[in-house]
Amino acid sequence: MSFLRKKLDDLKRPFEKGQKWEKFAPAFSAFDTFLFVPDHTTKKGAHIRDAVDLKRTMMVVVLALIPALIYGMYNTGYQYFSQTGEAFTFFDAFLHGAWKIVPMIVVSYAVGLGIEFIFAIYRGHEVNEGYLVTGLLIPMIMPVDIPLWMVAVSVAFAVLIGKEAFGGTGMNILNPALMARAFAFFAYPTYMSGNKVWVSEASNVDGISGETILGSLAAGKEVSYDMWSMFAGAIPGSIAETSTLFIGLGALLLILTGIGSWRIIVGGFIGAAAMAFLFNLWGANALMSFPWYQHLIVGGLAFGIVFMATDPVSAAQTYKGKWIYGILVGVFSVMIRVFNPAYPEGVMLAILLMNVFAPTIDHYVIEASIKRRKKRLATVTAKSA
Amino acid sequence: MDYVNLFVRSIFIENMVFAYFLGMCSYLAVSKTVKTAVGLGAAVIFVLSITVPINFLLDNYLLRPGALSWLGAEYANIDLSFLSFIMFIAVIASMVQLVEMIVEKFAPALYGALGIFLPLIAVNCAILGGSLFMQQKDFAGIGEAATYGLGSGIGWFLAILAIAAIREKIAYSNVPAPLRGLGITFIITGLMALGFMSFMGIKL
Repeated sequence: MSFLRKKLDDLKRPFEKGQKWEKFAPAFSAFDTFLFVPDHTTKKGAHIRDAVDLKRTMMVVVLALIPALIYGMYNTGYQYFSQTGEAFTFFDAFLHGAWKIVPMIVVSYAVGLGIEFIFAIYRGHEVNEGYLVTGLLIPMIMPVDIPLWMVAVSVAFAVLIGKEAFGGTGMNILNPALMARAFAFFAYPTYMSGNKVWVSEASNVDGISGETILGSLAAGKEVSYDMWSMFAGAIPGSIAETSTLFIGLGALLLILTGIGSWRIIVGGFIGAAAMAFLFNLWGANALMSFPWYQHLIVGGLAFGIVFMATDPVSAAQTYKGKWIYGILVGVFSVMIRVFNPAYPEGVMLAILLMNVFAPTIDHYVIEASIKRRKKRLATVTAKSA
Repeated sequence: MDYVNLFVRSIFIENMVFAYFLGMCSYLAVSKTVKTAVGLGAAVIFVLSITVPINFLLDNYLLRPGALSWLGAEYANIDLSFLSFIMFIAVIASMVQLVEMIVEKFAPALYGALGIFLPLIAVNCAILGGSLFMQQKDFAGIGEAATYGLGSGIGWFLAILAIAAIREKIAYSNVPAPLRGLGITFIITGLMALGFMSFMGIKL
């Protein structure tokens, strides 16, 4: 280890102030601090609440994503082989999925980090591990068969317009990963929805019906999956969104380390459950009478609430605000699912919408708190006088 | 149910700012702080929910072809609809004048903060737009017109409130120099419209 440290220190010299590669210092320090814990902590950014370097928190999120990602790779293969009817082992399925998904991750990282490095060198800010999370999230929420260039274009949009235009990590207003997905969703709708995109190579095989559960519900069909496969995730869907079980593992890690806000996660599930329960009572059509507990485990709700709604930058910052924000995300997700025939799944847009209103929520929570304290001060001074 | 439907539609689905991009000038200019944004938003709600029903009456009993038939059969084929722009604007301008006097009297600080943009509500396209959409939509009664006006106003209010809060937060961001000010505000507006896409296509 100390050998590597020494080597890095040697390499660092030309990047220091006044040396010839000074301009590229942010790029170098990105690699340096990726390998070694830096001796300084992150100071800037709207979301900083703690004396820890942002890189470390982001690595925990990446770790929390791994179970869902691995299951997503397996599920991609599982869906493919069970549709074609071939015999397969766990390993076959996993390899098939990895063969599809790893290139997407590579493209996402290459494009996104490329842009981040250029901006970091040009503008002289630090490269943050924030993109390691975003770049991993983007392939995880795409359908498996999306062409790689579309991934690249969506990533470029999200990083350029969504993040770097605001000044980089910690400054953006919408979640960049969701922005990439929304961009792809509206720009290339035929690759992002329908019943062919969710199973790999479905369009090459005749007679495949790889509809998502919500998709078939919206089309008025019966759902043929049992509770356990919905929960464990052996259902068609975006790559890593299907398994509530493995997302739950990630959620546990996020909550235990205090990186993901449990208030948002719990609030989101409460909001979705309550809204779906109300619709159950109403029960005007198949989507409304879809049991509320199943609403929580199908589609991207769990993934969205655990990994996207809790994004510390774009979510509400105050404790009360987090509750309101989380509950509204849940409520709007189910409402869009039920009411909007154009989108069978509503989590993505619900979170984006609440990202837009998060600063407003915070503003009023803070105003209310100021008012309360002023009142308390008035009563205290009145008593002592 | 019809009123609820129309109300929700006009706030979210047919939002003045994010669906039609109307009323952008004051939306961009007065959204620097939440306080002034709330003041202007409230003024817009007030003006819209008064002028749309008044203009509805004008349109139905004075302007549209055949509207004058209540005067007598010989007036039934008079078409005054070429006057609708000027009549609508006159109503709007007088309402705005009223709002201006009220704000100046009761909230002088807000009056100072809004400055020229308060009288300029008169030419805010969202407000004339509200009246013209009303004309186009053929509402059945004054109740519907009032609901539509109120809903559109609230939609505009929500939009300016949200962007003002975002801009207050953005004040701490390190936005690239060429984008500072209006540039980044345009980008934010576009991104907010992306969030509001969640309502597009809802059929109530």
